[in-house]
Amino acid sequence: MTIWKLVTSEILHRKMNFALGVLAVMVASTSFIGSITLLQIHEADLVQGMNKLKDDTRKAMLKLGFNVVILPKDQNLADWYADDYASKYMPEDYVHKLANSRIVTVRHFLPSLQQKIEWPERKRKIILVGARGEVPNLHKNPVKPLVQPVPPGTISLGHELHRSMDLKVGEKVKLMGKEFTIHACHKERGNKDDITAWIYLAEAQELLDKQGLINAILALECLCTGDALPLIRKEIAAILPDTQVIERGSRALARAEARTKVEKEARITLENEKHLASILTPVVVTGCAVWVALLGFTNVRARREEIGVLRTLGVSAKSILVMFVSRHILVGVLGGALGFCAGVLAAVYFSTVLEGTRVQITSMDISVAGLLALSVGGAAALAVIAGWIPTMTAIRQDPAEVLREE
Amino acid sequence: MLEFKNINRWFDGPEGKVTALDEVCLSVSPGEFLAVRGPSGCGKTTLLLIAGGLLRPNTGQVSLDGHDPYALSPEMRSKMRASMIGFVFQQFHLIPYLTVQQNILAPSLALPAKGADQRAKELLSRFGLDDRAGHVPAQLSTGQRQRTALARALLNKPKIILADEPTGNLDEGNADIVFGYLSQYVAEGGCVLLVTHDVRAAAHATRTLQMVDGRIIQ
Ligand SMILES: Nc1ncnc2c1ncn2[C@@H]1O[C@H](COP(=O)(O)OP(=O)(O)O)[C@@H](O)[C@H]1O
Ligand SMILES: [Mg+2]
Repeated sequence: MTIWKLVTSEILHRKMNFALGVLAVMVASTSFIGSITLLQIHEADLVQGMNKLKDDTRKAMLKLGFNVVILPKDQNLADWYADDYASKYMPEDYVHKLANSRIVTVRHFLPSLQQKIEWPERKRKIILVGARGEVPNLHKNPVKPLVQPVPPGTISLGHELHRSMDLKVGEKVKLMGKEFTIHACHKERGNKDDITAWIYLAEAQELLDKQGLINAILALECLCTGDALPLIRKEIAAILPDTQVIERGSRALARAEARTKVEKEARITLENEKHLASILTPVVVTGCAVWVALLGFTNVRARREEIGVLRTLGVSAKSILVMFVSRHILVGVLGGALGFCAGVLAAVYFSTVLEGTRVQITSMDISVAGLLALSVGGAAALAVIAGWIPTMTAIRQDPAEVLREE
Repeated sequence: MLEFKNINRWFDGPEGKVTALDEVCLSVSPGEFLAVRGPSGCGKTTLLLIAGGLLRPNTGQVSLDGHDPYALSPEMRSKMRASMIGFVFQQFHLIPYLTVQQNILAPSLALPAKGADQRAKELLSRFGLDDRAGHVPAQLSTGQRQRTALARALLNKPKIILADEPTGNLDEGNADIVFGYLSQYVAEGGCVLLVTHDVRAAAHATRTLQMVDGRIIQ
């Protein structure tokens, strides 16, 4: 006969009280673990989303245009905004001046010559862009080119152009008397790019009779997030006094701003969730602790006779304490383990099925094993603490009172 | 073995002081079966609780095997109970979720002993409970329950058995069986202090005292 045997037999005898105790602890630990897990999932989701957003923004900056453009000083901006290309020209050499300067705010420069023309052979208006590989800022670490240039002798066509004329990559087309091999046929972008043809800069200069001239320099990978613009202006003005720098209200920027806003809102939502959890979880846990305590009192009352008899037989108060505490530990460990499973499952179900988050639980900051240990240990402590007062009444019980009852 | 010297015990009831024991003196020696008889409320249970180290007398001296149990710490008093005293009650007071065998072994929780399992087996057969060893009290007759309680009382080979109305819930046949076991225990060198209102006890006891209103009258 051991105390342990007594504890397990009693549990089997009073299954209901035990099961309700386990349930109470489970509810507490489910709410605790569930909210922690869900918050962790949301946090990880947010971080993942932010990383993707940064990447997207970088790509979008490239695809949708750059937000800093260097134009000839005498260019009328109203015309530029209307046409999206400059009618004034500057020497192509400017780009080398910039590249050789100690400018720190810009990584790459992309010289271009753009003009709206009538494609004589095809009888239609197009935007002709002459571009060449970007010129890296020599004082910066060379990085992989962001824009793949159009090789000499080739042409890249916007969606509307190749679609309406049924042109394919590798075919040859004539433009202003010169023959080009089609290098790329772009997908639909829903902007002027769809009616744009890109050729090599030198060839564009020749066709448009603008040798050695360009009408825009795009600044790529500017270390510019809006408020850096005055600095860029100052730097460029010092090197190229004959130019003006404008920030194009690009869609990339708008998109980036929209995303930043989304992220900010997501952060606020997460903070609100945390706040709610920090109020709700203690309330649930306290409620469950009271529940465990009441079950403890019920159990002690039901075992009055038994406790009295054991004490009469000489069983020490300490053994009675061990008896009740180990019962509460069992309630806690079982409830904690079940609550852990239920909490994690609930959080995963809620986030994946109901919210559509695609976050793995393993990407959380806190380890699953640590969470399990926290749940089981915390639940055992909760059960023992909640059951402490009933346990004390049990060990203080006077056996004589039971024996006197007839 | 057990000696009471001028024991007084009173309680503060709702209508003032209730005297349960009034200058009680008695002694029980090994080989003696002392029955204390008296009507309900005369103080029999109080007497037994004091003898068992479960209720401190207000005044007077208790001596159990030469020691005053109330001079010991509660912890030591528990040990003393476990090693020296066997208890039997009218209500049996078996633990409902333990089997007969486990109930008999319950005193080993207080005083773990190597031979306890073997001793429990012996007691099971001595009390004719072999085929009931795995049953819980609810599955037993009252006679079987009291025999289980008796076996439990004997597990640690006590020097004295304190019995409070052990036959109060039993029919005549079962009562005789219980008295028989107690007599047998006394014959083997034990001693019994039995308190009861059952007149049949006198037939089995070696000595009988009468008690009225907390006083022993010869
Ligand atoms: N805890 C108590 N508080 C008040 N009165 C008590 C208490 N215990 C016993 N008594 C009283 O002491 C007297 C003796 O009781 P008890 O020893 O139980 O008698 P018996 O066992 O002979 O029936 C009774 O009058 C009873 O009411
Ligand atoms: Mg009584």
